[in-house]
Amino acid sequence: MVDVPSDATVPLSTAEVEDVELYHPRSWVTKYVFSQDAKIIAIQYSLTALAIGLVALVLSWLMRLQLGFPGLVSFIDPERYYQLITMHGMIMVIYLLTALFLGGFGNYLIPLMLGARDMVFPYVNMLSYWIYLLAVLVLVAGFFVPGGTTGAGWTLYPPQAILANTPGQPWGIIVMLVSLILFIIGFTMGGLNYVVTVLQGRTRGMTLMRMPLTIWGIFTATVMALLAFPALFVAAVMMLLDRLIGTSFFMPSIVALGEQLPYRGGSPILFQHLFWFFGHPEVYIVALPAFGIVSDLISTHARKNIFGYRMMVWALVAIGALSFVVWAHHMYVSGMHPSFGFFFATTTLIIAIPTAIKVYNWVLTLWRGDIHFTLPMLFALGFIVTFVNGGLTGLFLGNVVVDVPLSDTMFVVAHFHMVMGVAPILVIFGAIYHWYPKVTGRMLDTTLGKLHFWITFLGAYLIFFPMHYIGLMGVPRRYHEIGDMAFVPASTATLNGFITVVALIVGAAQLIFVFNLAWSLRRGQPAGGNPWRATTLEWQTPETPPAHGNWGKTLPVVYRWAYDYSVPGAAEDFLPQNQPPDPATA
Amino acid sequence: MGVAVVLALVVIGSVTFHLLSPWWWTPIASNWHYIDNTIIITFWITGAVFAAVVLFMAYCLFRFRHREGHRAAYEPENKRLEWWLAIGTGIGVAAMLAPGLVVWKQFVTVPADAATVEIVGQQWQWSFRLPGADGQLGATDVTLVSPENPLGLDPKDARGQDDIIIQGDQLHLLLDKPVKVLLRSLDVVHDFYVPEFRAKMDMIPGNVTYYWFTPTRTGTFEALCAELCSTGHTFMRGGVVVEPESEYRAWLQQQKTFAQLTAAARDQARN
Amino acid sequence: MSVIVLFMVMMATLAGWWLSHQRLTAKPWLEVGVIDQAGDTGTRSPRIAKLGLGAFLAVAGSLFALLISAYSMRMSMADWRSLPMPTVLWFNTGLLMLASVALHSAVIAARCDEPASIRSGLLAAGVCSLAFLAGQVLAWRELAAAGYFSAANPASAFFYLVTAIHGLHMLGGLVALGRTTARSFAPTGDTPQASGTLRLSVELCAIYWHFLLLVWLILFSLLMRWTDDLIEICRGLLS
Repeated sequence: MVDVPSDATVPLSTAEVEDVELYHPRSWVTKYVFSQDAKIIAIQYSLTALAIGLVALVLSWLMRLQLGFPGLVSFIDPERYYQLITMHGMIMVIYLLTALFLGGFGNYLIPLMLGARDMVFPYVNMLSYWIYLLAVLVLVAGFFVPGGTTGAGWTLYPPQAILANTPGQPWGIIVMLVSLILFIIGFTMGGLNYVVTVLQGRTRGMTLMRMPLTIWGIFTATVMALLAFPALFVAAVMMLLDRLIGTSFFMPSIVALGEQLPYRGGSPILFQHLFWFFGHPEVYIVALPAFGIVSDLISTHARKNIFGYRMMVWALVAIGALSFVVWAHHMYVSGMHPSFGFFFATTTLIIAIPTAIKVYNWVLTLWRGDIHFTLPMLFALGFIVTFVNGGLTGLFLGNVVVDVPLSDTMFVVAHFHMVMGVAPILVIFGAIYHWYPKVTGRMLDTTLGKLHFWITFLGAYLIFFPMHYIGLMGVPRRYHEIGDMAFVPASTATLNGFITVVALIVGAAQLIFVFNLAWSLRRGQPAGGNPWRATTLEWQTPETPPAHGNWGKTLPVVYRWAYDYSVPGAAEDFLPQNQPPDPATA
Repeated sequence: MGVAVVLALVVIGSVTFHLLSPWWWTPIASNWHYIDNTIIITFWITGAVFAAVVLFMAYCLFRFRHREGHRAAYEPENKRLEWWLAIGTGIGVAAMLAPGLVVWKQFVTVPADAATVEIVGQQWQWSFRLPGADGQLGATDVTLVSPENPLGLDPKDARGQDDIIIQGDQLHLLLDKPVKVLLRSLDVVHDFYVPEFRAKMDMIPGNVTYYWFTPTRTGTFEALCAELCSTGHTFMRGGVVVEPESEYRAWLQQQKTFAQLTAAARDQARN
Repeated sequence: MSVIVLFMVMMATLAGWWLSHQRLTAKPWLEVGVIDQAGDTGTRSPRIAKLGLGAFLAVAGSLFALLISAYSMRMSMADWRSLPMPTVLWFNTGLLMLASVALHSAVIAARCDEPASIRSGLLAAGVCSLAFLAGQVLAWRELAAAGYFSAANPASAFFYLVTAIHGLHMLGGLVALGRTTARSFAPTGDTPQASGTLRLSVELCAIYWHFLLLVWLILFSLLMRWTDDLIEICRGLLS
């Protein structure tokens, strides 16, 4: 047992904590539009991300219609189909998931959970959002330029991405790359804020090991993103130069449809290395915040401390570090040096160990808990099921030789949708049901929420579980008709139709959620300050929704870790982090 | 309560689907049944873990659901349990990784007696090249590609003159003879993929990649492109015919060499 | 990709060293009460600003490490033709070193509170940096005049790309340096608070310039092909 100073039991006056100078908005515009308050920026980020996410949802409907019922929607020719998949993938991975977890939840939760008044660089934080919005607008502009958006696949592999016969020429790829470059600049501004705020903005007593796992997840993911996004930046700049002024970074000598092109001596593999050096950490940039948030949801709603907190923190850090040395597992069949296969298969499968530990600890937190089946808990449970399923199929694809037949098939599509599509999005929903009362002061409607959960969770499972088997047969991904091969039984068309019908229903169910968000804003049950009886600091603000500056006159002081649920001897089944120790029992 | 039942049903449904599904891999036609075995091992291990985790979770949800007056236990950690679980996971991972790496070693080690075949991808068709009587392929360069020289062979390289060039036809392979496939692309990334052979590798413009396999079953197999190559990707099909020696020889007799094709093109140009 | 992996190992070592001082093995559920940390006393703002800059430099470092990775990977291919390096690059290197030295002297002056020396240090650094940028443009023109601006030559494309990105970072730094210089001439520079802010700005500029110098020295040695053997060794280790 670590020695606690004897005077620690005396509640300290918060005046000893140095306060920061806070920016004060002077007008409506600087308060709600060009706001420097992290909470407003968080809402701006979240709404923008959800809006563009709805666009990606509609795109997925169209492409599922084509796959399930080929030819039903006549305007989806191969060219349009590839534009649909490219934009769907890019929007979901970068503009929705990354932006929402880090820009949305990061901005809202970091200052509140750490007892800070705001981010450390509020002005840069504001710029971050506006550049993100600009990136989104440039991306959307792609739909309206001549030729439309690029159809090169979200991986943008050269030489295909910039050749003239790729869908979306001449403007699509330029718009895409510019948007990505803007996104990275905007994200870097935000990311520096999140990192420095976690390092320097914590209130008195908030040691690293007292931080909620949500913050650990967001923090680790941000550090990774800051180091990984430059790879995409470099790749995007070089590709843009290849496209615009004819350099040959990624372009070897090529004969395109009978015509010799002037490119000489570039290396397409170089792009793949750069892309996946970003692309693999990106998977964990999305997953780690989800890991963190789900830990807190389970602990709070099972009224039990998270099991093995220290192991959870170490596992997060280990996964973050390891994820930088596994990138080439996306390139097993790219013709890179075969000996790399041994190294990258080993590192990839090693990551399974810390990841599995996290899963065990979530489940062991439920063991002997007091489980309330609230909406956030339901979504957290849905996350565990889909994440375990998708994570385990990752063991197929990470194991180099097993990947050889399965790579570039629908198995891959099913795997990554389950693990980094469905699973993190279920966490996002759970988190919104959990924190909406803090953001608005009102609860979301439970009946609508349950309907939303069951359709989404079971529907998504029905979509992606059978899809693995289509891939196992050998059906490649990115085919705009996936059933017409000699080796595929006719019944596959029925399965494809079924998947499409379910996908349409699941997509429509998201409208229930959007309706719930809007309806509950005015009509939802008033929530009070701490409806879930949670321990973390964001539930202890003097006002709900938290006012500018978050904490009123004095900053909170932290006396305990984030998981004091059902402590033996305590009157309540939770002890807030800022509750001083009881001198009688200490 | 209901949640626990649904989660249990998810496990039962998934296992049932796996066992009864009519959608399974196509019968293998190459030596890579090792790969299939590794997949089966992985299915068993991961399936067991999935069922165990989700069923245990369902049990917890049923057993420890909220009831009035009930309070959760207080248990911050259990070092011993966590270490045992980590070690158990490590063993499971090793059990999948070890066979995987052994088979990968075989996959990247081409047998010395393998025949050589070159497959060239371009939007959106496959071409093939076999070494002629000298058993060697001639040098190539994409910049030499022209209508008369569609695969870009170096006309100055004597080794290339007797190379057999096949365009617009299926590739024929000899039954039970290991073959090393060299892969080349003239424009974008392609991937020559015959599901029955299990093996595949991308073809990267500017590079020559390879893989090897031994066809073990006669028949005609459909070849697909497995790497997005723009609008014709879905329709970029080819065929591979695996046949015994006599039929293979007969087919080989009918094919033209590079020298014959260039001469023919020259004649045509003269007329 | 060996360079970026090396860079990431350095970052991981740094992070590991820092984490090892954060009591990550503590059992937080046993420690009830206030725990004061190193960061709880004293003024935070200089630390925040320096940490912010440090984090940015890590990002920029990653960017340059990736560029160098790409460059060395391309260099290893058989058809690489290297460029003759303009001699003006030597002169530019000297200018950048001078700028770094001038800023360092400004930092020393700021610590001793000598406003005149601060101003001269800042101005000298600004002039040297502008001259450096002009020299880089000269190098560009010299290569273009010699016919190396051809887009199909990867060596020249890489040269223009890395020098341009380095130059853009310097331009960004010059904006901050300009504001700092303006502040040093401001009449209110005598109050303790204002001089504290000035000292911080000068320190931040100096750190940034030392970083740019370091990056330039690495890029320069790469462009001059002094590092070929080293790259060869790294490649041997990885493959």
